[in-house]
Amino acid sequence: MRHWRTGLFMAAPVLLGFIFLVLYPVVSVIRDSFTSYNPLSGDAAFIGADNYTRLIQDETAIEVAKNTLIFACILVPVNMALALFLAILLNLHFRGRTTFRAIFFSPVIVSTVAWTIVWKYILQDDGPFNYFIGLAGVDGPNWLRDNPWPMISVVMVQVFKNLGMNMIFFLAALQGVPEEMYESSEIDGANRWQQFKKITMPFISPTILLVAILTIAGAFQVFAQVLLLTGGGPGLSTTVLSYYIFINAFQIFDLGYASALAVCLFVFVMGLTVAQWQIRTRWVFREV
Amino acid sequence: MRSKTNKRYARRNSKLTGWRLFGIYSLLLVISIPFIFPTWWMFTASLKPIEEVFVFPASLIPNDFQISNYAEVFRLQPFLRQYWNSMFIAILVTIISVTISTMGGYAFARISFKWRSKLFVVLLSALLMPAEVTLIPIFRLMVKSGLSDSFFPIILIPAFGAHAVVGLFLMRQFFLDFPAELEEAAEIDGLSRWRVFTKIALPLSGPALASLAIISFLYSWNLFLEPLVFLTEPNKYTLPVVLPQFTDTYGAPIFNVQLAATSLSVIPVMIVFIMAQRHFIRGITMTGIKS
Repeated sequence: MRHWRTGLFMAAPVLLGFIFLVLYPVVSVIRDSFTSYNPLSGDAAFIGADNYTRLIQDETAIEVAKNTLIFACILVPVNMALALFLAILLNLHFRGRTTFRAIFFSPVIVSTVAWTIVWKYILQDDGPFNYFIGLAGVDGPNWLRDNPWPMISVVMVQVFKNLGMNMIFFLAALQGVPEEMYESSEIDGANRWQQFKKITMPFISPTILLVAILTIAGAFQVFAQVLLLTGGGPGLSTTVLSYYIFINAFQIFDLGYASALAVCLFVFVMGLTVAQWQIRTRWVFREV
Repeated sequence: MRSKTNKRYARRNSKLTGWRLFGIYSLLLVISIPFIFPTWWMFTASLKPIEEVFVFPASLIPNDFQISNYAEVFRLQPFLRQYWNSMFIAILVTIISVTISTMGGYAFARISFKWRSKLFVVLLSALLMPAEVTLIPIFRLMVKSGLSDSFFPIILIPAFGAHAVVGLFLMRQFFLDFPAELEEAAEIDGLSRWRVFTKIALPLSGPALASLAIISFLYSWNLFLEPLVFLTEPNKYTLPVVLPQFTDTYGAPIFNVQLAATSLSVIPVMIVFIMAQRHFIRGITMTGIKS
């Protein structure tokens, strides 16, 4: 304890940044959600829970909440399953595996904006994707206009963009499973699937939990993809909560209402995280 | 029994060959298409005349090279200026956030101070905070203090905000595995805790610092929501904000020029990645989550 001064001093910049750029804004956004704050009309009156009653009656908001859930419910399992699958494949010994790792990781370093702009062209009705599947005799729909494809397109573009990060996390975890465990289980006559279920999964379960938490939190923040790929459309079909907040806050400047929406998003993400943390004992073999 | 086990064990560790290898290669090649094709197509389409971008049959290599698309990028926007903005902001953000995250990460890993573990849990909540939640009050504050149309919030938020906590988390993870004997020896020699950090710990954390620097640089370079909200003058734009704005007077995107600008923003990052990819991925694995 005798170095506590040095410790606090060294942690101070991040702590202060956290207080002013995370903690204060969260408190402030909760306060704003009870006001009619709008910089255009100069309004900032305290209006109680009006924003929240409006939110419950706002059919758009309900639709948006539904879309957000659909988005997360497709994105998270697809992303994690594919990332784990690729990590297992690329953990095998063969020539060229580092090249493949780099290939799957490469979209992570590209900006979301650049990645989305390019995909928007690829998925156009007369774009290269429809051309190439046309060669195989498939008459592709307009991926960004014909429901339900716009939502699936946004999800997949996001999956390809960020999957590499999760893959690397899983690879690191797989490399940490001690080889002796497999050896002794083989002496006991376990097959590959049993090994995967009884050794690999329990061992990497803390990483699975962490990746799940980060992927879910990320799924609720998807923004640029929606703005640039579909603009939330057609209709409302791809408008998710974070995009809806952006429109309310920075295009209509209805900051009071946007704050109420932001509080909902915040409660949503935190609630899910706490829930996952609570059930961790059930499926996480080792403590993190 | 024993020999059979040995054989299976040997198979697990030996290199794949024959049909199994062929199977894995074909599977991986098919899966890699959506990861590689966009970059290839972006670059080739940026060299095509506009009529060729959506022509059937789609060409993988331009029939007609039109380098002038790249000149057009600089004619339509103050692109050099915007490039510099992105670079300048990313460098500043990297310097600041690497410095403070490393100090903080070291403190949380190696120095016990009051409420350390409680503070750490509170800090971790920043990892889950959607940017939209915190942005509204910060926007309000910046407008009030007249700093909204400046680089100030674009540097401040990534350098000191939630991203700094990510950095702190990664560096803490790294310093937790640092051998304690080295530090103890140094302390016996009478070095202060701060000096132990700068003289012993820092010189040995080069690879971790490098990967943190890369992560921070990319984070700032690719930041979109904050510059989109704060910056209003084209002269102050960063690259992600300007890329969607290569449009004609009716607002329709000029495909080939837009893709040329996009290529210009992606290519330097790609080159650095291809050259350093081994260190890059290893660095993330190392600082990343091991347990």
